[in-house]
Amino acid sequence: MATRSSRAPASKGAKKSPGKRPAPGYGAVSKDELLKYYRSMLEIRRFEEKAGQMYGMGLIGGFCHLYIGQEAVVVGMQAAVTERDTVLTSYRDHGHMLATGMEAKGVMAELTGRRGGYSKGKGGSMHMFSHDKGFYGGHGIVGAQVPIGTGIAFAHKYKNENAVCLTYLGDGAINQGQVYEAFNMAALWRLPVVYVIENNKYAMGTSIERGSARTDLYDRGHAYGIPGEQVDGMDVAVVRAAGEKAVAHARSGKGPYILEMHTYRYRGHSMSDPAKYRTKEEVQKVRQERDPIERLRVALLEVVGVAEAELKEIDRNVKSIVSEAAEFAQNSPEPDPSELFTEIYA
Amino acid sequence: MPIEILMPALSPTMTEGKLAKWHKAVGDEIVAGDVLAEIETDKATMEVEAVDEGQLGKILIAEGTDNVAVNTPIAMILADGEDKADLDKAAASAPAPAPAAAPPQAAAPATAAAAPASSPAPAESEWDGPTVKLTVRESLRDAMAEEMRRDADVFLMGEEVAEYQGAYKISQGLLDEFGAKRVIDTPITEHGFAGIGVGAAFYGLKPIVEFMTFNFAMQAIDHIINSAAKTRYMSGGQVSSPIVFRGPNGAASRVGAQHSQCYASWYMHVPGLKVVAPWSAADAKGLLKSAIRDPNPVIFLENEVMYGQSFEVPDSDDWTVPLGKAKVVRPGRDVTIAAFSIMVGKSLEAAEALAAEGIEAEVIDLRSLRPLDAETVVNSVKKTNRLVTAEEGWLAAGVGAEVAAIAMEQAFDWLDAPVKRVGGADVPMPYAANLEKLALPQVESIVAAAKEVCYAG
Repeated sequence: MATRSSRAPASKGAKKSPGKRPAPGYGAVSKDELLKYYRSMLEIRRFEEKAGQMYGMGLIGGFCHLYIGQEAVVVGMQAAVTERDTVLTSYRDHGHMLATGMEAKGVMAELTGRRGGYSKGKGGSMHMFSHDKGFYGGHGIVGAQVPIGTGIAFAHKYKNENAVCLTYLGDGAINQGQVYEAFNMAALWRLPVVYVIENNKYAMGTSIERGSARTDLYDRGHAYGIPGEQVDGMDVAVVRAAGEKAVAHARSGKGPYILEMHTYRYRGHSMSDPAKYRTKEEVQKVRQERDPIERLRVALLEVVGVAEAELKEIDRNVKSIVSEAAEFAQNSPEPDPSELFTEIYA
Repeated sequence: MPIEILMPALSPTMTEGKLAKWHKAVGDEIVAGDVLAEIETDKATMEVEAVDEGQLGKILIAEGTDNVAVNTPIAMILADGEDKADLDKAAASAPAPAPAAAPPQAAAPATAAAAPASSPAPAESEWDGPTVKLTVRESLRDAMAEEMRRDADVFLMGEEVAEYQGAYKISQGLLDEFGAKRVIDTPITEHGFAGIGVGAAFYGLKPIVEFMTFNFAMQAIDHIINSAAKTRYMSGGQVSSPIVFRGPNGAASRVGAQHSQCYASWYMHVPGLKVVAPWSAADAKGLLKSAIRDPNPVIFLENEVMYGQSFEVPDSDDWTVPLGKAKVVRPGRDVTIAAFSIMVGKSLEAAEALAAEGIEAEVIDLRSLRPLDAETVVNSVKKTNRLVTAEEGWLAAGVGAEVAAIAMEQAFDWLDAPVKRVGGADVPMPYAANLEKLALPQVESIVAAAKEVCYAG
């Protein structure tokens, strides 16, 4: 049966700045791990900021959906899985790729449509994959990744691999019919899949209140007996703890699990977003009060006792990786014209 | 007058069946709803229930009789007050029971034409070993079973494929042999299980996804095209989809517009997919085995009307037919007829009729629609100088349009007449028997088209 998590979403009743509040769950996580998460979240943020800049300069074309604000979700979940597990998500996928260990250079070069990109420039922002890192896209059709991820979980079970597939979807995708077809079969066949709903409150420009008859999403698997929880998706340690529980459930053969991550995207749906559907103040408030990176930074400094210099070193390191990626992405040549007709058939 | 009980049809395409067992004997009183007999076909078994009341007066077809044509009288029921004398009277006035091998006109006038006896031997010319007579249905099952024995990554999923043994009995026996792990009944959710199949294929399994019919695959077409066909390209060659989507396509018989449509040209349009539509049982087997082994997504279009038809099939568990190769099934010098699936049989019948009028038609079974074997078509056109295409689907943006364009582009100087396309009427498929027949291309339409391009008659 679906049960509401004891953890209330942080969006409710956060009166004082939670950035100053010792976040729950950090006690169970070592300093080294927390530093790793900090680094990983920062890499995503700096990467996305750079991608935004490059889009503005015309170096990146088409659609470009930035993950800024949601970093704790994928970094916390990635901390809960092992290398044999698999991941797939929608088109807001840059953060997921970096968190699974794909190189910033290859991701950025795909955004610029160059031959050094993960898909050799033939996929773009929304379509990247890495067998090595267990990342299976990058899917441009809202909700399509849910049956596909369920199918990868099916393959894990078929091959007796004891692996789990993390299938991410948004609060928009959760209303797609195919999601429920997949939920049903995942529960029926007890497939090792964790559905991570990244509820950032807006399906493109439609707020969850305007698009969903009920705004709670954690219990959308209730009809199929899939347990679900609401999680503060702005706190990496909380995400990790919830992720470990869900992944253990799926790995043990009990079937799928749903995590509803309460999160927020600071930037538009894509780069071309009129931002008319929410106020600047709303965005600003989340940034100031719940920013996942700032929260962890404060906790590292004030609770864990990390020296500021150590964090600055990480900042510098991340910045240089992102600069290198940007440089690589601009210098990598465009695909050879002959690539037009390759890789259509195996 | 005694009431005749007729051999019932269990499905729209059933033409004959076996009268397996009588549950009532002559002299038994019959109440409506009583089970009278059991009827078997290669797809299903059904009990025949009485609708009328009375006494079983006479059994006309003994139990155990095979190949009883639909609508053959199988027994007589006597109403109150009637006796044997009435039976004799009825027998004298009624037509004799139809012979078992009677053509199945009544059940499926539009599409049930069997492969003509005069058609050339359908065995592969490149195969000179022993052959065995199999139905298309059996050969599809054998292809799957052989490939599943050969490769543990191959599995079958779809609606009713396991316990029910297949909605059209294509997967008969597979559950017993391979178990529930590899022969998987899905809920009726095409969009979902097609996506699950694609995900499993991304991860290296080789799913065979059965659609009960391709009409229902429209629910799943996003995954077939956006997920299966495009991902290899979008991933720079990293992620492939070795998956087969198969099931009956095209018109069945008297099932109306939502269950009677040819999707060949829809899928043929899409780079990244391969599309196959066999006619003979040998090709059905050999092509399905190739499709399962192929590392790409393959759309495998079957035809319900063809399932029960028998052909000679190479007696081998490792014999395949390459994808992308058409086959000349009847050589001729005067006109080329390019067809696929059920229309190959009709084209062969048309060729017979044309031969009687002195026109020798060359019939090409396209077999693969993507890749399309342009070379075989063009070479034939260079010989005959005339081309007719035949398909069940709508002509607009259809398979024939593509074949005609290829002929125009690659054999323009050899054409002595404009290409003529034969296809389904540009309407949703009607239900009424006469209208359905008018909507589907018939042998006569192919004959007329061939004569037109030959400027004959």
